[in-house]
Amino acid sequence: MAKKIGVYVCTGCGIGDALDIDKVTKVAEKEYKCPVVRTHAHLCGKEGVELIKKDLEGEEGVNAVIVAGCSGRVNTDVFNFGPSVMVERVNLREHVVWCHPANDEDTDMIAEDNMRMGIVKVQKSELPEPYIEEGIVKTILVVGGGLVGLTAALEAAAAGYKVVLIEKEASLGGWVAKQYKQVALRPPYDELRENDIQDIIKQVEDNPNITVYTSAKSEGISGGPGIFEVTINQNGNTVKEKVGAIVLATGAKPYDATKLAHLGFGRFQDVVTKDQFEEMASSGKITRPSDGKEVQSVTFIQCAGSRDPEHLPYCSAECCVGSLRQALYVKEQNPDATAVIIYKDLRAAGQYEFLYKKAQSEGVVFIKGEVVGVNEAGGQVSVEAEDVVRGETVQVDSDLVVLATGMVPTTAFGEEELTVEVKEGEEAEAAAAAADTIIRSDILNLQYRQGPELPSLKYGFPDSHFICFPYESRRTGIYPAGTVRAPMDVRAAIDDAAGAALKAIQCVELTAKGAAVHPRALDFSFPEFNLSRCTQCKRCTEECPFGAINEDEKTYPLPHPTRCRRCGTCMGACPERIISFKNYSVGMIGSMLKNIEVPEEFEEKPRILVFACENDAIPALDIAGINRLEYNPWIRIIPVRCLGSLNLIWIADAMSNGFDGVMLLGCKHGDDYQCHFVKGSELAEIRLSKISETLDRLRLESERVQMRQVSIMDYDQIPKILDEFAEKLEELGPNPMKDF
Amino acid sequence: MANKSILVVGGGMSGLTAAVEAAETGYEVYLVEKKPYLGGRVAQLHKYFPKLCPPNCGLEINFRRIKTNPNIRIFTSAEVEAVSGQKGDYDVTVKLHPRFVTEDCTACGKCVEACPAERPNDFNFGLDKTKAIYLPHEFAFPMKYVIDPEACSGSSCGKCLEACEYKAIDLNAQAKSMNLKVDSIVWATGWEPYDASKISYYNFEANENVITNVMMERLAAKNGPTQGKIVRPSDGKPVTNVAFVQCAGSRDENHQPYCSQVCCLATLKQATYIREQYPDAKITIFYIDIRAMGKYEDFYTKVQEDENVVFIKGKVGEITENPDTKNLVLEVEDQIKGEVLHHEADLVVLATGMVPSTLANPIPVDGTTDDDGFVIAEPKETGICGAGCARKPMDVAASVRDATAAALKAIQGSVRGGNGNG
Repeated sequence: MAKKIGVYVCTGCGIGDALDIDKVTKVAEKEYKCPVVRTHAHLCGKEGVELIKKDLEGEEGVNAVIVAGCSGRVNTDVFNFGPSVMVERVNLREHVVWCHPANDEDTDMIAEDNMRMGIVKVQKSELPEPYIEEGIVKTILVVGGGLVGLTAALEAAAAGYKVVLIEKEASLGGWVAKQYKQVALRPPYDELRENDIQDIIKQVEDNPNITVYTSAKSEGISGGPGIFEVTINQNGNTVKEKVGAIVLATGAKPYDATKLAHLGFGRFQDVVTKDQFEEMASSGKITRPSDGKEVQSVTFIQCAGSRDPEHLPYCSAECCVGSLRQALYVKEQNPDATAVIIYKDLRAAGQYEFLYKKAQSEGVVFIKGEVVGVNEAGGQVSVEAEDVVRGETVQVDSDLVVLATGMVPTTAFGEEELTVEVKEGEEAEAAAAAADTIIRSDILNLQYRQGPELPSLKYGFPDSHFICFPYESRRTGIYPAGTVRAPMDVRAAIDDAAGAALKAIQCVELTAKGAAVHPRALDFSFPEFNLSRCTQCKRCTEECPFGAINEDEKTYPLPHPTRCRRCGTCMGACPERIISFKNYSVGMIGSMLKNIEVPEEFEEKPRILVFACENDAIPALDIAGINRLEYNPWIRIIPVRCLGSLNLIWIADAMSNGFDGVMLLGCKHGDDYQCHFVKGSELAEIRLSKISETLDRLRLESERVQMRQVSIMDYDQIPKILDEFAEKLEELGPNPMKDF
Repeated sequence: MANKSILVVGGGMSGLTAAVEAAETGYEVYLVEKKPYLGGRVAQLHKYFPKLCPPNCGLEINFRRIKTNPNIRIFTSAEVEAVSGQKGDYDVTVKLHPRFVTEDCTACGKCVEACPAERPNDFNFGLDKTKAIYLPHEFAFPMKYVIDPEACSGSSCGKCLEACEYKAIDLNAQAKSMNLKVDSIVWATGWEPYDASKISYYNFEANENVITNVMMERLAAKNGPTQGKIVRPSDGKPVTNVAFVQCAGSRDENHQPYCSQVCCLATLKQATYIREQYPDAKITIFYIDIRAMGKYEDFYTKVQEDENVVFIKGKVGEITENPDTKNLVLEVEDQIKGEVLHHEADLVVLATGMVPSTLANPIPVDGTTDDDGFVIAEPKETGICGAGCARKPMDVAASVRDATAAALKAIQGSVRGGNGNG
């Protein structure tokens, strides 16, 4: 259907007072021949919206709407006319009249250029059509049959979903199955409860919607969300299952106690790990391994191998509570027995404080200190510790010593490799930035070009490092839960299981609609590849932060749209510009920048192009407007989905169209990255470093193109950054290519 | 519409998350928030630990998820008054407080210029003032002004009415009631900071330079009362020697028996705020245990590496003010040195804990909270599910996970026959 663009210019909020509105409407009427151009003093009011609706429904037959007024961040619902009407918001308020002087020729020119860009953007866009795979399945695969996996399976089934659960051991229950008692999930929190794992296992086994494979592992997972195909090896037999999304719940292993000889392990029989102690308690009697006698005294050593740069630098979050629980077992068996806990900080956070109090009231002894030696003395194990409170070295002799060893995620075991081969030379830096670490833990065995497991972040945990979006792994539709994702206690792990199950369910539901998942949930656009022009350079497959693109045997990209997060990093990476979205493409942005009017040199009106990340930099610019912070009027701003989608041709186009400089505003990268697509801003910066060399060769100063990492809170800094850049460009003088 | 709908009470991080996660899964959600804006406590934070990233970044994307999702309807300045019915069939009465500013508001800000009345700014814990008509903060969603009826003198003034070109002010607006039929309910009303004035020996009210950790967030925030400059409230002077008092009212039978889980990390984070602004400032943290769980240990390790940050194990007994300097003297036993200290500081931050909002404003359904006010409703039986700090003390990342889990429980409560075993 041919596009019929209606342009609606709002003159409210001071826009009409500050701008020469005729100039703005003329752009639409005369330059672009838009068939309908109207102004209104309060477009977001009832009357204004009716005005637009009338044109949409009436004989005008408008089917694409440009609202020139306030930012697209506000009145989003007001200017939503349903999925079949394209709406583009041209910002004249926050980005023009609120941050530039009123009744000024230069301010008018910004408004005119914003209008030009908005119209061109609509002209070059199509309404996205959802990508719907055939044969989408909504079954959830749960990998791991411990408490978290079992809980995730039950929770997903209770919401009406089929579940396939695979467990590598012959029986379900995992780590928790070996425990004697459990912490309370509800008040009273100072009491332990019976371990109900067998009930949970039975519920899973009896649930007709859950298929359980024990003694089983994944040999291979191909496809993507909605269409994963899992090859399950069960005792040597191979079964294939189709699933829609995956919860990874393989848990953690105890830290290897054989590395803790300094704490007596392996040297003395009566030094055991907390897991060995737990099994003893479960079996009915806590005894000394050396002589089988019932224990009269037990010493617990906390942080055995944890919070220790030589072993595990992190805290395992569960061991303090675990030792409180176990000390209470000692008291339960014999109220006169002694239980001593030697700790650095007693981390009974939240309501576990009640359990700590209980242990104190039961007479458990707590010593804050560091263990300096473990020896044998008179048939007992003697622990020597620096008691920091008493300021002296104390010696605690007991029948049994329990090491509260920490947890290591199951994903941490295996050979490490990078997702991208990093060679010497010009491309090395880009490759290094694109590369993720994959540990071959033999758990998922994804048949992905970027490696068989989830990328590991730190200490082997495949977590997201997003505070606001903790389940987002870097492989779409695969959600880690429980102690495989982060060290956590049992209560947190149970909640975590349900959360990850929800994300998996949400993923299959969105995928079935053809929509993206987080962070562009409900986006129906997806990248299309014009493979006839592909040169097999592999940049898209290497740089995709989510491993969405495989390669065929000739190294042509094989996109998997259901794995795609729609960031456009592939589009930015592609030197041949063969990747585009219906409503976001290299050509679209290129046309937008080419339609900005660049005055000739003698007019002394430089032009600076800013590519700004729509997630943080654009809102920050809005807030600058709300605060009426003024900045240089030569600036023209183009929002991008993520700086990762920045294609270098745009910079070349900008320079050859006479722009004096280009500034990229993207999110923070590095260890504490804020980029919503993990690597987009980092990849943009590296691409930029390459163009600097090209600019130098063209005798264009490389300072003309710069990038800044900004956050949404830098709304006061961005005007300064832009002003300083404008000053720098004035020093450099006009772009020598301007007059060509 | 009546089928498969979920009510989320509370529009902070947990409520927002539960709402958007359920809505993106395909369910109808009503989100009810007491304040005139969404974002809750998180909107007041300067940075998150351990990444030291801005909370408004995550809020912004959640707001975008709401704006673009027709499955969510939000009601701000709204409170749940009554709940009747049962799982799968709840009738909820919601009171809509008047905003006095209508949907026609464009947030142009002309009214503020005209308004002669002022009010203490609750968003900044009263550390500054706003006009009686105000935008709660510049990132506020919805981006609409609101009038505080306690500060506004009403139609006898009416200056804002003249200033507003969009006739978006209705000074005679009245509270209304609304009924919702929902299948399940997520209660995510979050927490209040423990009232520091209840800890009498810290003299919070009398000692101007004793503040709470939540106030510190606003002092450090760029959009806070001091534009982000951390200064002494008494004289606006820079700080040189700051003391943090951990477990202020927490892990204490006379106040809150439980640990609030976040205060240790919050203090470590706030120590970085101060150190970033004052390269020479000294910081002393008085603690019982530093509970930097899991990988947060890395952040603790990082702060410990700063030699200007000193950790002293000991519970602060009393805080007295030097009337001349307005400096504070903290009486505390250093448990490791075994001596009583009289530690002087020019600013004291009380790391106060969390009180679930449900303690003062319980769910209007019996048996849903424990003695401390935390929500313990069993969603499988009641169709009511607590989320985030309404359930137990937790940090932001944990709240997001918990609220995501709550979204699932809510969905289970609204799954109707024939669809598996729900």
